[in-house]
Amino acid sequence: MANAAEFLQEDLTDGGQILRLSGSFTIALIGDVDGRLRDLSADMRKIDLSAVEHMDTVGAWLVHRTAKESGAEIVGADKDASRLLQAVSGADQTDIPPRPHPPSFERFLAEVGHGVIISFTTLLQFLGFVGQVVKASFILAMNPGRFRWHAVVQHFDMVGVRALGIIGLMSFLIGIVIAQQGAVQLRQFGAEVFTINLIGRLTFRELGILMTAIMVAGRSGSAFAAQIGTMKITEEIDAMRTIGVVPAEALVVPRVIAAVMMMPLLGVYASLMAIIGGGILCWVVLEIPPTTFVQRLREVTPMTDFWIGVIKAPVFGAIIAMAGCFQGMQVHGNAEQVGLKTTAAVVQAIFLVIVLDAFFAIFFSEIGWN
Amino acid sequence: MDQPSIISVQGLCNSFGEQIIHQDLNLEVRRGEILGVVGGSGTGKSVLMRSIIGLQEPVAGKIRVFDEGMIRKEEDEATDVRRRWGVLFQGGALFSTLTVAENVQVPLREFYPDFSKALLDEIAHYKIYLSGLPADAAHKFPSELSGGMRKRAGLARALAIDPELLFLDEPTAGLDPIGAANFDNLTRDLKETLGLTVFLITHDLDTLYAICDRVAVIADKKVIAVGAIEELLAIDHPWINEYFSGPRGRAARRGHDKRNNPQPGRS
Repeated sequence: MANAAEFLQEDLTDGGQILRLSGSFTIALIGDVDGRLRDLSADMRKIDLSAVEHMDTVGAWLVHRTAKESGAEIVGADKDASRLLQAVSGADQTDIPPRPHPPSFERFLAEVGHGVIISFTTLLQFLGFVGQVVKASFILAMNPGRFRWHAVVQHFDMVGVRALGIIGLMSFLIGIVIAQQGAVQLRQFGAEVFTINLIGRLTFRELGILMTAIMVAGRSGSAFAAQIGTMKITEEIDAMRTIGVVPAEALVVPRVIAAVMMMPLLGVYASLMAIIGGGILCWVVLEIPPTTFVQRLREVTPMTDFWIGVIKAPVFGAIIAMAGCFQGMQVHGNAEQVGLKTTAAVVQAIFLVIVLDAFFAIFFSEIGWN
Repeated sequence: MDQPSIISVQGLCNSFGEQIIHQDLNLEVRRGEILGVVGGSGTGKSVLMRSIIGLQEPVAGKIRVFDEGMIRKEEDEATDVRRRWGVLFQGGALFSTLTVAENVQVPLREFYPDFSKALLDEIAHYKIYLSGLPADAAHKFPSELSGGMRKRAGLARALAIDPELLFLDEPTAGLDPIGAANFDNLTRDLKETLGLTVFLITHDLDTLYAICDRVAVIADKKVIAVGAIEELLAIDHPWINEYFSGPRGRAARRGHDKRNNPQPGRS
């Protein structure tokens, strides 16, 4: 094993000092020599390298820096050492400019401004995107021959059929939770039987569709953004454009149609699963037999609740698919963007769905569908 | 042996499912040489490099780097070997959330946590200079760099801990001819100045002629020949003949000869 880097200071006869380096001036053996060399303050005239066993660029840099700062002359360097010193000394001619670091208040203002600009441009771009999709839909409606049935069917499978398991399980459990929590609260008034009203109306009107929308946004909205974003990075979308294929027609419209068609089906399915879950809990805990449960459900749940769910679902589907495709199209540059935009797609989709749901709730109450 | 080998690969077998990539592949890399590795697309050049640096688990075979076995080593094992090599991946593989200077400092911080901030900054500065990047690139993020600059930044990071052994995966691919020639010169200068051993995967015939001491040819799932280009030209193998005697091979050779023996009056 080589010796660690070390140095000695000796007085020269004609005044000043000589620095005698010894050992191995390499990155692994440099130890604390760097700090000690920085702290030297004597009048250094010469640096003697003749006892240095081995040197790499880090050692050469230390020698070079010390020599430069003290104005000392380097003596006793062998061929390799001179070459290394020569190599690292070139870095002197280039100075790294300090990193720009504006004051924090200025940075804060800049970030707020940037955020506002981004929000508005994103809103405008999203509107433009929706317009593109509508236009592409009309063109496709005029030329049904260009419609990509195959892609639509494939997305039916991805968005709808493959989601059945997870959405069914989730809704079933939610039904159980609603029934259980409702029963506990209503029991205080001796009104346990109203648990059925709670289950029937809540699932069809709100939760069945809303939870399905959230699940579809997480499963399919994110997948749309990631697929299209990856296609942007690999220049597939540019390739389509050069061939004359309109990306909005080929990629976006099939996905939007698939989501619009699948959402009502999934929503009704989710509501039914929630009712089955709630019914089972009522049977086991409240001892309401299934026949009574179904009969009471039909009495208390108006048909309008079903229609409310079925009307909302396609709108939510369109929002989710368009947010996913829009964010996918917004990807520029590197793979990191795909992740960011996928997250943005899910957040945007769920946010818009909940905002719209609030509008729908007020609207349907106003028109008397209570 | 007068030149002890730094990398020794014996009987290496690699396969992906049914597809066999390497079968009984042997290769030695000697200290202080630039070894070029060539082969057609899909012959497993990168897989060989990944096997040597421990990213790909071979089916069978022995790999020794600095006389230490590298098979079945976890990321936190064999650190003594890891601090003696540097790797430049094809796309640079820079950490995208860090600036170039911070990228260069990552291996330093990892292996030498005692170094002061000032020393880390100084080292990053001269490494960036040595790799041929302008000084103002230090604070840029990888996404703000061109492909060629990203490769240089990747080289600066690979050189950060003063490695003895450098792996370069197609360093000149995607560079313009001037950038590629500069990169070749840089590699040779660094090898001569720092005494590096270089394992170089390339498709670039000019690079082979310009800087490689020896060339290993991968074909038929193994290394079919290793030697200086003159020795390879003497070997009668269809792929080698086609590679070095095809139009591009001849052009690279003429260019090389012209540079070495300039004849006045002829162009």
